[in-house]
Amino acid sequence: MIWVDTLTQGILLGGLYALFAAGLSLVFGIMRLVNLAHGDFIVMAAYLILLLVTLLGLSPFLAAAIAAPLMYGVGWGLQKHLLNRTLGNDILPPLLVTFGLSIALQNALLEAFSADSQRLPTGAISTASIDMGGLTLGVLPLLTFGSAVAVIVGLNQLFYRTELGRAFRATSDDATTASLMGIRPSNIFAKATAIAMLVVTLAALYLGMRSNFDPSIGPARLIYAFQAVIIGGLGSLWGTLVGGIIIGLAQTVGAAINPEWQILAGHVAFLIVLMLRPRGLFPRAVD
Amino acid sequence: MHTHTPSTPYFVTTQTRASQITMMLAVALIAVLIILPFFAGRVLIQDMFFILTMLVLAQFWNLLAGYGGMVSIGQQAFVGMGAYAMFGGVILAGIDPIPAILLGGLASLIVAVPTAFFAFRLQGPYFAIGTWVIAEVMRLVMAQVKALGGGTGTSLPRSATREMWATEWIAELFDVRNSAARDILTYWLALALAVATIIAIYALLRSKPGLALSAVRDNPEAAKSVGVDAGRMKWFVFLTSAFGTGLAGALIYVQKARISPDAAFSVTDWTAYVLFIVIIGGIGTIEGPIIGVIIFFLLQSLLADYGSWYLFTLGIIGIVVMLFAPRGLWGLITEKTGIQLFPIRRRLSGGPLDTSKY
Repeated sequence: MIWVDTLTQGILLGGLYALFAAGLSLVFGIMRLVNLAHGDFIVMAAYLILLLVTLLGLSPFLAAAIAAPLMYGVGWGLQKHLLNRTLGNDILPPLLVTFGLSIALQNALLEAFSADSQRLPTGAISTASIDMGGLTLGVLPLLTFGSAVAVIVGLNQLFYRTELGRAFRATSDDATTASLMGIRPSNIFAKATAIAMLVVTLAALYLGMRSNFDPSIGPARLIYAFQAVIIGGLGSLWGTLVGGIIIGLAQTVGAAINPEWQILAGHVAFLIVLMLRPRGLFPRAVD
Repeated sequence: MHTHTPSTPYFVTTQTRASQITMMLAVALIAVLIILPFFAGRVLIQDMFFILTMLVLAQFWNLLAGYGGMVSIGQQAFVGMGAYAMFGGVILAGIDPIPAILLGGLASLIVAVPTAFFAFRLQGPYFAIGTWVIAEVMRLVMAQVKALGGGTGTSLPRSATREMWATEWIAELFDVRNSAARDILTYWLALALAVATIIAIYALLRSKPGLALSAVRDNPEAAKSVGVDAGRMKWFVFLTSAFGTGLAGALIYVQKARISPDAAFSVTDWTAYVLFIVIIGGIGTIEGPIIGVIIFFLLQSLLADYGSWYLFTLGIIGIVVMLFAPRGLWGLITEKTGIQLFPIRRRLSGGPLDTSKY
């Protein structure tokens, strides 16, 4: 029974990792850009929510709802004015600019909020649980997992059912031809990054409610997100969810055997998948 | 109309007058650096050790990313493995720290083989993060090795550092304490490693495989079509870079004499700094890292008291340089003056139309 419990916790943890990864997957799918500062933006959003909670005395959920449009604006401006300049055939500029951004962001957060661990105040919800036939599930992990599924359903709907989604897919396939059809790739890219930042805000909300955070934890979140995307296969959002679950399961099982092995077990699972299925489990994009 | 004797032969050259002057100045500079410990204080020697070892790391990252087109964020894997292998040799096998440095290079070379096996399955940005993950795996694994201090780390035994090769001789020669003699010894080794690295990379780039390397970087498909084995070149560059980085890592930790997984596998110390050195100086040139490391050192001396603002500034400078001067400071200088201190471009001279005369 302990094992069933461990596995369930692992799957639910995977929901959080899928939330970390969905924004990364979205941006990569549309403009082949990997934002190395992705994890640091999650941490930044968590601090933004914390700031709103402390200053205005709001609940974290309400604070996240206010933070979301702000992060949308950050994403739009970032892509429009900085990252669009780095796109091209050369892979160096986007990598090095986002790496520089990651270093700058971490240290700006460190200067603003100090290295102390923080946590979003959650009230009763953090300890609430539901009893399901002998299996006790935390409300917060369930909510995280549900949100991850909702985000992926929502993004898929956006991609395949809306005009914006059609523009996303067209620009992704061939930016030059898309621009002949009256689509402005630079604006489409800016919208994509802005939407990714909405997902980042949601990920930050659950990160901040479930565990402590400090300015230095961004890169590790980037790595989990990256592993989920690669395991799932580039360009597949449902694959990203599966990837997140695999990392979550590996970490939880690893931690159950020896607490020091938690992170290592996730990395090893990633390397095994990479060895057996180099293109991930559900590859779609051809790169 | 020109009349030339048909006997004037064509020849291919990479030398320029600037490069000949550079060579002479370089020899003089190296001579000065060798005798530096005779008139420099201990602080300067330690600073020079830092500059030279960072230069070696920067040259190898530049070889990997600037010439090989493989942007890695996982070079700390090889610094850490080199350092830990050196510690292992000293603590577990009782080898002297100096020969154990070679063990460090060898260990990095060996772990680079499975690393490449995994990382080469990933392209572009994913290669970058993939190398980072592998470095993290090594950090977590080394933290489990209790014989080398586990997660908290360990120090070189006093007996090993006191009796290190040649330190007694240096201590007598300079009439200094054992610890200062150790600094001088590691400084000389760093100087030798830096000079050897630059000579080796320059020789590689001027050779036929070096030409193949540039071809693969600029256009892999075209390079393949003229018979260049791109895959083999990638392996060669990755392993060479790992070996050199491992040597540098082991040497750095002989001087530090204390190791921990977090420090030895630090992405900031061994990859972020190195990246900024190469970017600011000029990627894809030998001159770039040399200029970059000097600027990096000056910035650090100036801003080190400001803690996190220093790293923040470094990140912003990196972004600005990448956006507005992607070839770095050296790129700006060559654009303006056309000077190349380490030219690798092959030019045709001699024959009926001797371009070198115009």
